[in-house]
Amino acid sequence: MRFRTIKQMVEICEQEGLTFGSLMLQEQAKQAGQSEDEQFAIMAKYYEIMKEAVHKGLTEDTTSRSGLVGLDAQRVQKRVTAGDASLGGDAGTAMAYALAVSEVNASMGRIIATPTAGSCGIIPGVFVSSQERFGWDDKHMTTGLFSAGAIGYVIANNSFVSGAEGGCQAEVGSAIGMAAGSLVELRGGTPAQAAHAVGLALKNTLGLICDPVGGLVEIPCIVRNGFGAVTALAAADMAMAGVRSVIPSDEVIQVMLEVGAAMPEKHRETAQGGLAQTPTGKQIMKKLYGKG
Amino acid sequence: MRFKDVFSIIGPPMVGPSSSHTAGAVRIGRAARQLLGEMPTHADIQFFGSFAETYQGHGTDLAIVAGLLDYDTDDLRIPRSIANAEEAGMTIVFGRGKGIFSHPNTARLTISANDKTVILTGVSIGGGNIEVVSVNEFIVKFTCIYPTLILSHEDRPGMIAEVTRIMMREGINIGSMCNDRKGRSGEAMTVLELDSAITRELMAELEAISTVREVAKIDFSERNGKGQ
Repeated sequence: MRFRTIKQMVEICEQEGLTFGSLMLQEQAKQAGQSEDEQFAIMAKYYEIMKEAVHKGLTEDTTSRSGLVGLDAQRVQKRVTAGDASLGGDAGTAMAYALAVSEVNASMGRIIATPTAGSCGIIPGVFVSSQERFGWDDKHMTTGLFSAGAIGYVIANNSFVSGAEGGCQAEVGSAIGMAAGSLVELRGGTPAQAAHAVGLALKNTLGLICDPVGGLVEIPCIVRNGFGAVTALAAADMAMAGVRSVIPSDEVIQVMLEVGAAMPEKHRETAQGGLAQTPTGKQIMKKLYGKG
Repeated sequence: MRFKDVFSIIGPPMVGPSSSHTAGAVRIGRAARQLLGEMPTHADIQFFGSFAETYQGHGTDLAIVAGLLDYDTDDLRIPRSIANAEEAGMTIVFGRGKGIFSHPNTARLTISANDKTVILTGVSIGGGNIEVVSVNEFIVKFTCIYPTLILSHEDRPGMIAEVTRIMMREGINIGSMCNDRKGRSGEAMTVLELDSAITRELMAELEAISTVREVAKIDFSERNGKGQ
């Protein structure tokens, strides 16, 4: 890859008239030793799986394997369809779709890890709802996934994308940053605006701990995916309106690394702290595994 | 760079709920299955660390058995794998492993079919990625990302040179290599991760080396792997 920072990505894109997405496709083809068409076809198939997961989560029983959660996407979708959502229809739909994919994941359905299974709802939530709203074709969406992947590649190599390493900020936070920056590109924003969207989004999740009840990818992971999709839309809007991330996104990524490294182990996917160790969290743990 | 390409960020396609506890577990089971060369009729699965604490909630048990059936990480039959395996004649025992282990997500599998047994320990290191850390009590290290050759052989001078000479002649690049032995001039194991597919002819040629006892391969791309 010719880049390792967001700043380098912006510079290359501005010099060569590329987007994050088209740059990543070029670099990926070189890395894989295959043609751009071959690599594009793999990503196009992943997008199909994302759309299937949205549909499944909105239409089928998504009760999780533990039985603790499920069907929340359908509850939210019903309210959105009735025109009652305080968020409005578009953000409400993105939230419902993100919940749908995360619930499919928790019920052992098929998803694409973006960047992880725990954060798999955010990008499909934003992408599939925006595609319906703006009438984009699948080719446009697939290029958008390369854009999201480029942003994630920089975050993952300079900080982290797993809850066990860096807390939920690394998982859900990274997915929001990826979705926000790539949505800017999908809507025709500049690489510089996309970079600002990444920085704005990541700032909003700094410090978020990973504290899953019972160690399962259910509580609070699923609702955080729903919230995450809405935050990504907000960050993309701010950036396209001209709001700047005064602290550059590369520096925010460094802060995420610093905060994650300082996070106590009990808040990094061990179920030893946070929501997992509340009275109710402990009760659920006891019920699931016969211990507290 | 820890993450080398776009599909290590977007992907893998997988059945949930956890990339480490589900997708990684499928791959550990699948590595053992491919080493055995056929479906096991008996499987003893011991979980350590976080795997032992939460395997039921994450479907780690279903995932390992799915791997023993050679399913890929995104196979929709994963939630029914244990029932499918039992119908196919596999007896399965799960347990909580005893003793030391190197990683919080560790599984040790003892699987057998037709007088042949494979004992494999694998760890799930995140994002669906795994490392196999021991095979039949030999200490090894491989990831199953690349086509992998596992040679059981006698410990004697020139053995590795003979193997690598064949690789050189066939123009096959070795990405990484490890070996271990149980004692001087005793049983040994050599593992090679390769940049190209392993043909039947190559395996036959390696098997023909007089001190080689067995040649096995692991290649997850052959059925429905990542990138298809």
